[in-house]
Amino acid sequence: MNIIVCIKRVPDTADVDIVVDKSGKDIEKSGLVFDLNEWDSYAIEEAIRLKEKLGGTVTVISMGGEDTNESLRKCLAMGADEAIRLTDSAFSGSDGYATAKVLAQAIRRLPYDLILTGTQAEDDGFAEVGVMVAKLLGLPHVSIVTRLEVEDRKLRVHRELEGGLEEVVEVDLPALLTIQTGINEPRYVSIMGIRKVAKKEIRVLGLSELGLQAEEVGLRGSDIELQRFFLPPVGEWAQILEGKPEEIAQRVFEILKDKGGLV
Amino acid sequence: MKEIMVIAEHRQGELRDITYEMLSKGREIAETVGGTLSVVLLGKGIGALAERLLPRAHRVYLIEDERLEFYNSETYERVLLQFLTERKPHLTLIGHTAQGMDFAPALAVRLGWPLATDCIGIEPKDENFTLTRQIYGGKINSEVTFLRKGPFLVTFRSGAFEGKEKEPLSGEIVSLPSPLTDEVLARRFLQFVEAAVGEVDITQADILVAVGRGIKDGENIPLVKELADSIGGVLACSRPVVDKKWLPKACQVGTSGKTVKPKVYIAIGISGAFQHVAGMKGSGTIIAINKDPKAPIFSVAHYGIIGDLFKIVPVIKDKIKELKQK
Ligand SMILES: Cc1cc2nc3c(=O)[nH]c(=O)nc-3n(C[C@H](O)[C@H](O)[C@H](O)COP(=O)(O)OP(=O)(O)OC[C@H]3O[C@@H](n4cnc5c(N)ncnc54)[C@H](O)[C@@H]3O)c2cc1C
Ligand SMILES: Nc1ncnc2c1ncn2[C@@H]1O[C@H](COP(=O)(O)O)[C@@H](O)[C@H]1O
Repeated sequence: MNIIVCIKRVPDTADVDIVVDKSGKDIEKSGLVFDLNEWDSYAIEEAIRLKEKLGGTVTVISMGGEDTNESLRKCLAMGADEAIRLTDSAFSGSDGYATAKVLAQAIRRLPYDLILTGTQAEDDGFAEVGVMVAKLLGLPHVSIVTRLEVEDRKLRVHRELEGGLEEVVEVDLPALLTIQTGINEPRYVSIMGIRKVAKKEIRVLGLSELGLQAEEVGLRGSDIELQRFFLPPVGEWAQILEGKPEEIAQRVFEILKDKGGLV
Repeated sequence: MKEIMVIAEHRQGELRDITYEMLSKGREIAETVGGTLSVVLLGKGIGALAERLLPRAHRVYLIEDERLEFYNSETYERVLLQFLTERKPHLTLIGHTAQGMDFAPALAVRLGWPLATDCIGIEPKDENFTLTRQIYGGKINSEVTFLRKGPFLVTFRSGAFEGKEKEPLSGEIVSLPSPLTDEVLARRFLQFVEAAVGEVDITQADILVAVGRGIKDGENIPLVKELADSIGGVLACSRPVVDKKWLPKACQVGTSGKTVKPKVYIAIGISGAFQHVAGMKGSGTIIAINKDPKAPIFSVAHYGIIGDLFKIVPVIKDKIKELKQK
């Protein structure tokens, strides 16, 4: 089974103070730690497990700058066979749709049975790129996948709905799946593992190699244009309990007695 | 006249809240742009649901077919492709739900219409719209506009808009024939499966102690478990804690887990992503412990404690034990 996995390198912003930069259209990125998008780490793990079981190859592909090599290398260290980076100044400003067009154009030339993407990217959270790639390639898709079994030329997958409900769906190959977190446990990659693949070639393709026109991609090829970033209005905010830890603990105790019926 | 179209979402015989949220906001938009509000329902044997939507829209389109009994992106894409191409509504609203996330991007590509996903705000602006999206886990809002001409497609985040009832409209139901044929589909619905029920039912607890990724490691779970025990509370968690198998799925709070309304909800090391908040915002009193003073969880919490959970939680636990003995 030949599998292609789309991955994105994103900043880890869960516990850092995010600042809007001078342009008002981006965040201050210096000092942020970047890593493979959480959802994509599950997608690449799933691909490698399938390869280990059924043979074939895993190709990782990402649209991004040179820094993206770091995440592509991580995937190679996990067990991917090949890495492709899609880089061109014409790609900048791409929204989800323009990104999907670039990815689909690159994938079109590769042999594949299955394409995996994450359900959503931690940064922009469009949750659209995977499904759009599928339609641009004329493939069936299933999104938010939490379980996957291969049966000959078809897959049996579990797709997550709301409230703990799932649906079981059958889909013919070739197909595209968007992977949900928790489907597996992504393997750990050691520094040694990364070092081993440090010399491995990462193929870089741009606009002309892909046979795309500049107006199809980047901002001009997008559906939406960013106007500005702003901090969410503070509105109702928690009353912050301050003081020594013991004093805070005392307050929590009182709240629990008062509101929680603690006896 | 401009038509605002809502694609209704229903499952297992029930209309989902997002449908009402889209209708309520859609009506406001229709009034602003001087247009009409329509809703389209796809399914089988859902006449009663259409009736229920009558007072909420000017027109309720009903497309019934036994092949539409269970949602499937392939049948939805085919039906909606034809329906929307014919009607060309100015704006089509879809839920940013498991269902909408599955077919909206597909529909956008096939129709060639621009799409903005997961919106929490929408304002008509001339022939365009200004949309607000929330990104970076809720820490930044981004304002976007469409670059291409309409018709436009927008998906709404669940709970972002109120689904309140307004003065009833005198709507009409318009039944349309289904364009589906017996073609073989590449994707087929097989069945629903319910998540396994756990030993504990977190929806029944008065006090929930919920832990998130901030706990760092499964080995640290006993720390919050002891706190829960000391106050007679039950352990709950955010999704990553389940993904990493530190706690069972039955403990998960949020859109893909349980919706809870305890008297007190203590969120420890949880950032407050909307999928989590959707499952706990109805709690009586919410206390959040987080080292990031700007964590979005503080915008739903009533009380906040800013600091390292590994320092704070043990002190609270000990103090409560001490005070309870008195
Ligand atoms: C379709 C879909 C469905 C989903 N369903 C759900 C769902 O049902 N439930 C759910 O929870 N999520 C759900 N998610 C995931 C959701 O988007 C978030 O990724 C998740 O809620 C984040 O969990 P978290 O807050 O524990 O982790 P993070 O966002 O990583 O936050 C960790 C927090 O811990 C704090 N912290 C770190 N260390 C410390 C410390 N020492 N002391 C104090 N604080 C600390 C950090 O400041 C941060 O705020 C879903 C996502 C998708 C796409
Ligand atoms: N620049 C990119 N390069 C490769 N894959 C991407 C890129 N952007 C998004 N994706 C893929 O699409 C998924 C969903 O992203 P999004 O639609 O932006 O939320 C991600 O999890 C990735 O698998």
